[in-house]
Amino acid sequence: MENYRTPLRRARGLGSAKHGVGHWLAERVTSVALVPLVLWAVFGVITLAGTDYYGAVAWISQPLNAVLMVLLTAVSFLHMHAGMRVIVEDYIHTTLSKSALLLLNLFVCALMGSLAVFSILKVALGGA
Amino acid sequence: MVQLTLPKNSRVQKGRHHAAPAGSGKTKTFKVYRYDPEGTENPRWDTYDVDIDNCGPMVLDVLIHIKNTIDPTLAFRRSCREGVCGSCAMNIGGRNTLACTHGHADEPGHECSIAPLPSMPVVKDLIPDLTMFYAQYASIEPWLHTTTPEPQKEWIQSPQDREKLDGLYECILCACCTTSCPSYWWNGDKYLGPATLLHAYRWLIDSRDEATGERLDALEDPFKLYRCHTIMNCAQVCPKGLNPAKAIAEIKKTLAERVV
Repeated sequence: MENYRTPLRRARGLGSAKHGVGHWLAERVTSVALVPLVLWAVFGVITLAGTDYYGAVAWISQPLNAVLMVLLTAVSFLHMHAGMRVIVEDYIHTTLSKSALLLLNLFVCALMGSLAVFSILKVALGGA
Repeated sequence: MVQLTLPKNSRVQKGRHHAAPAGSGKTKTFKVYRYDPEGTENPRWDTYDVDIDNCGPMVLDVLIHIKNTIDPTLAFRRSCREGVCGSCAMNIGGRNTLACTHGHADEPGHECSIAPLPSMPVVKDLIPDLTMFYAQYASIEPWLHTTTPEPQKEWIQSPQDREKLDGLYECILCACCTTSCPSYWWNGDKYLGPATLLHAYRWLIDSRDEATGERLDALEDPFKLYRCHTIMNCAQVCPKGLNPAKAIAEIKKTLAERVV
């Protein structure tokens, strides 16, 4: 068998990473946070129905709306990053493609999240 | 990156058909997985028309009937024939269970498939190689860890603390749960799997054990523990009616308790 390693040696592998509970908690905390944030966003979109562009800009410029929108975006991207990471870890087994996909996931989520947050702030602060 | 086609030995071909002898009573067809890794042939599905009027009620009775009267080359494990030893765990009608406690009448339709436990290497026919499964079980050190000098008599435990082991100690390590878990299929080299984690929890919750912290340290790992995504196949197939998914959830809760 595999280089004459004993089964126990293979089962133990590299040992425990002694980490993981943080990720597990983060997945749950972001899910819980998204419940009220998404409900608020749906409610907000409904109240904006029939309003024109300037009405929407005025709505997003209110401090509470702007901050909640930034939080919704940031938490969504954090949650998406955690979820995509689990999918890659589950299904991709070669070190190179796994590392590449994990990096890609991190970079895409960070870039998209930052762009979205910046855009919200730009509109809210009157730059658009 | 991702393998989209099955490896050669996973392509199962049509095999031989063994018709029931003349004068048989009511028959039922059993489609049985046959494979000899030492040969050159691919695995095949052999079909046996079994005279179920002259055969016991369980799937294990059917297999013994096939081996004794139709085809002595069929290989399978069995021992206690009463759901205690876990030897005859296999995939019956697409579901992992013990052949000795599963009645063939419970399988609907005229045909019933019998295959070895999924995702494990096959030794022959219905016999899976469970070496890694046992090694993973050994890796959690499933015995009492204590530092306090041994008492003159036994380590004592209150009836309430003893009750916490109910639903855990009954596990017979048949591997039905672990081999039904998709997370184990994809990451069986690193993920410990439901059976091993259920036993890990059995030692975590034991009031006499003094190594709870070390045990939790050894489990806190993105692959060893956190590959469980509560798919629940384990609880669905357990022939002893246990719930490994709940035990795993308790381990995750205990780990979270340590940090918040």
